[in-house]
Amino acid sequence: MSSTTAALQSRRAPARKAKAGGRTSRPAAGKADAASSPLFSYVVSLADDALVLGHRLSEWTGYAPTLEEDIALPNLALDLIGQARFFYAYAGEIEGKGRDEDALAYLRDEHGFSNVLLAEQPNGDFAATMLRQLLYAAFMHPYFQALTASKDARLAEIAAKAVKEMAYHVRHSAEWVIRLGDGTEESRRRAAAALDELWMYTGELFEMGEGERALVGAGVAVDRESIRPAWDATINRVLAEATLERPAPCGMQSGGRAGRHTEYLGRMLAEMQVLHRAHPGVTW
Amino acid sequence: MRRADLDLERARAAAAAVPDPEIPVLTLEDLGVLRGVERREGRVVVKLTPTYTGCPATQFIRLAVETALALAGLADARVETVLSPPWSTDDISAEGRRKLKAYGIAPPAGKASVRALFGEETVACPRCGSSSTSRISEFGSTPCKALWRCEACAEPFDAFKCL
Repeated sequence: MSSTTAALQSRRAPARKAKAGGRTSRPAAGKADAASSPLFSYVVSLADDALVLGHRLSEWTGYAPTLEEDIALPNLALDLIGQARFFYAYAGEIEGKGRDEDALAYLRDEHGFSNVLLAEQPNGDFAATMLRQLLYAAFMHPYFQALTASKDARLAEIAAKAVKEMAYHVRHSAEWVIRLGDGTEESRRRAAAALDELWMYTGELFEMGEGERALVGAGVAVDRESIRPAWDATINRVLAEATLERPAPCGMQSGGRAGRHTEYLGRMLAEMQVLHRAHPGVTW
Repeated sequence: MRRADLDLERARAAAAAVPDPEIPVLTLEDLGVLRGVERREGRVVVKLTPTYTGCPATQFIRLAVETALALAGLADARVETVLSPPWSTDDISAEGRRKLKAYGIAPPAGKASVRALFGEETVACPRCGSSSTSRISEFGSTPCKALWRCEACAEPFDAFKCL
């Protein structure tokens, strides 16, 4: 567990139902979540995206290439982990089985997580981290903007808070992508390679399952496809300024929403969850 | 005044005077995070809103307010987090802006809502007042601040970000 995540999670209530998503229910964990209400699954997926990417960013703490970035990356991580906490707390209330934010973050297994594959991709080099952040934030900024009009008041107010933070994430990552792409031969090579590697994970940002579609119809969730023009505009503009070529359309990876993850998520969770699992209900 | 009203007044005064843990020259009232005090089911409830969703100071602020309430004789008062409407730098009081500047932190400039995503911004140096400044980093010592440098007096300084 990184110190950033740890510091954020330091005020915790005892995990009341540690067994609910614990090790003993490994195969059932994903199915159990999928079988529960569409609203619960949707809110958990928003939380999982934010927590997984937030934890990834927190891994840079102490290792970033410059002092300013060593401050910036944990700040981005804090925003995302903060968003995750609000979504998990709400999901726990929807479910009504006594699971709190900690139970949802720490006591579910890999297949119970429904984050997009993009969020769990390893940090790679600095260029890969910045490209991943840009691809994600350029989607989430307009997405949260639209979610502020949700008929679900709780989601609308969390989105209203998060949209302001995501604006900074877009700016910060865009500035770096431009600097790296239009930079030295090496920075350009690394940025181009990262863009190529990550592009196949962007299709999943626009995917919706049946439950989410029903929520869109009810005015609760946002039609992900409606975000495409805004995402395209930001990505095209930044890539043009970075003199990077937008990758040609390719086969897109999928599966994260259904709990089928790349090999990287399990290892990340093992590290993120170990302390809470070894000492259930720990506080500090 | 009825006793209940006196309790609310005491609670408000106690919570309002709590200093921000990261920018101690500001009180919670200056910062604009105190969203009201009310009585619910016989208990005093103090409503606070976070600045940034993940700001680590949020829980320390909550603890500090609970302590201040207990010291004011209101040990059973409750602190509640409210998100809506979201906090904005526009909520920092005029007095708060003056204190920030005197403390060496450039207060947030103008209205938060009108800022363009990629727009240029200008921040005046809180020490010499020059507007010949440049941004070193979008992220400063806390989530709410950016790191700037003054080209005129050569001093680095924190600037409160518009949110």
